Amino acid sequence: MAEPIVILNGAAMQRALARIAHEIAERNEAGNEVVLVGIQRGGVPLTHRLGSLLTGIWGQPVPSGSLDVSMHRDDLDRRAAPNVQPTVIPFDVTGKTVVLIDDVLFSGRTVRAAMDALNDFGRPRCIQLAVLIDRGHRELPIKADFVGKNVPTAPSESVQVKLSETSGADEVVLEQK
Amino acid sequence: MSWNRKHLLDVESLSPEEIVTVLDTARAFKAVGERAIKKVPALRGKTVVNLFVEPSTRTRTSFELSEQRLSADIINFTAEASSLKKGETLKDTARNLEALNIDFIVIRHSASGAPNFLARVLNASVINAGDGAHEHPTQALLDTFTIREKKGRIEGLNVTILGDILYSRVARSDIWALTKLGAKVTLCGPSTLVPRVFEQMGCRVTHDVDEAIREADIINLLRIQHERQRKSMFPSLNEYSSVFGLTKARLEKTKPDALIMHPGPINRGVEIDSQIADCSRSVILEQVTNGLAVRMAVLFLVNGGKGPQEVSG
Repeated sequence: MAEPIVILNGAAMQRALARIAHEIAERNEAGNEVVLVGIQRGGVPLTHRLGSLLTGIWGQPVPSGSLDVSMHRDDLDRRAAPNVQPTVIPFDVTGKTVVLIDDVLFSGRTVRAAMDALNDFGRPRCIQLAVLIDRGHRELPIKADFVGKNVPTAPSESVQVKLSETSGADEVVLEQK
Repeated sequence: MSWNRKHLLDVESLSPEEIVTVLDTARAFKAVGERAIKKVPALRGKTVVNLFVEPSTRTRTSFELSEQRLSADIINFTAEASSLKKGETLKDTARNLEALNIDFIVIRHSASGAPNFLARVLNASVINAGDGAHEHPTQALLDTFTIREKKGRIEGLNVTILGDILYSRVARSDIWALTKLGAKVTLCGPSTLVPRVFEQMGCRVTHDVDEAIREADIINLLRIQHERQRKSMFPSLNEYSSVFGLTKARLEKTKPDALIMHPGPINRGVEIDSQIADCSRSVILEQVTNGLAVRMAVLFLVNGGKGPQEVSG
């Protein structure tokens, strides 16, 4: 069993999130049309952080919500019933630019389910995707607009994103399964 | 979070963690019912048979709407309009339905144990929608959900179940669910309908209604089931109503925040005064709303409990 490899430490994660926030601000000049939606569970704390960074850049609060995609997954009968988390979208997404946020982009199936789920809430003007880690191995034609770090991985490896909100410290590690 | 069951046959065999899993999952599904688009694709392409061998309106419509909101395909099957009337056995009926490659059977039957029997002979998932005087698990789960939502907890609450306990599958399932989660359950009603043997399930039994409801946080009323009473268990409905019915005068002597529940259909003027059924402490209609969320959660969990755990990002 190989030792876990640290891909991002706390400071590097902070820099990556700050860069993503600035890229979101650069791409979307009219900040008042942008809303953030974090995918449960890993995307939700990242959404809070990007929300406060963007609030600082734009000088105005950025609406943010959370989205659970388990009812829209395509593999529901191939796995144990997932732990369904709350979906809270306290604003109308119609006509808005929705930035979907997740921790790790892998097969792309979660993002596909998230886009389906989002359509039940309205018709966004456009959807963008921000992820902390892109580990490759896509099974669907999906690409992130904003990426913290691209990490080449083997399918047998797993990427663990640890955040101070849930694990006590900020760190991303690559582990052998 | 724990759930690895293919069927929901009773509450008795569920662990407290499994009950909490259903309640937590139901909370997410309740939110789905409040959206503009109330439908999710979780059971798309799956077929559900609602096999209601015993008449039912509200449980059947609640299951049917839950299934529709999960995007399942539905076959409704009632005793009156089926080959059971022509002498076909339950097993043959079920095997014929299974030959159509159905995925779920929701069964209501007058014989206790009918769902367990189907679960043994079929490959489909079986959900008990009420069997004889045995259990009615989804009703107990929605009652528990409603109490937890209103009171924030189950543990330590005083829950009084009042009425026809002997013939009630709802009472049995409620007792299992509530005591497993730490509530103190008191049963009350005429001694013919509330025998002391229920003390073996961990409940307190009393025949004094004023004493039974004085300290109650929840007063759960059960319908007098005329259709199940083979001989007269109490002299008359009028007498039942005056001795055990929940009246305004009785309600004034209870805790001011005690909630009134009833699984329906209510007999106004028998077990409950008409004005109380509609008062602000009554959560009877919220039970109906929550029933949808709980049944969606059960179908969703049972669907996932089929295969070996396999997780991919």
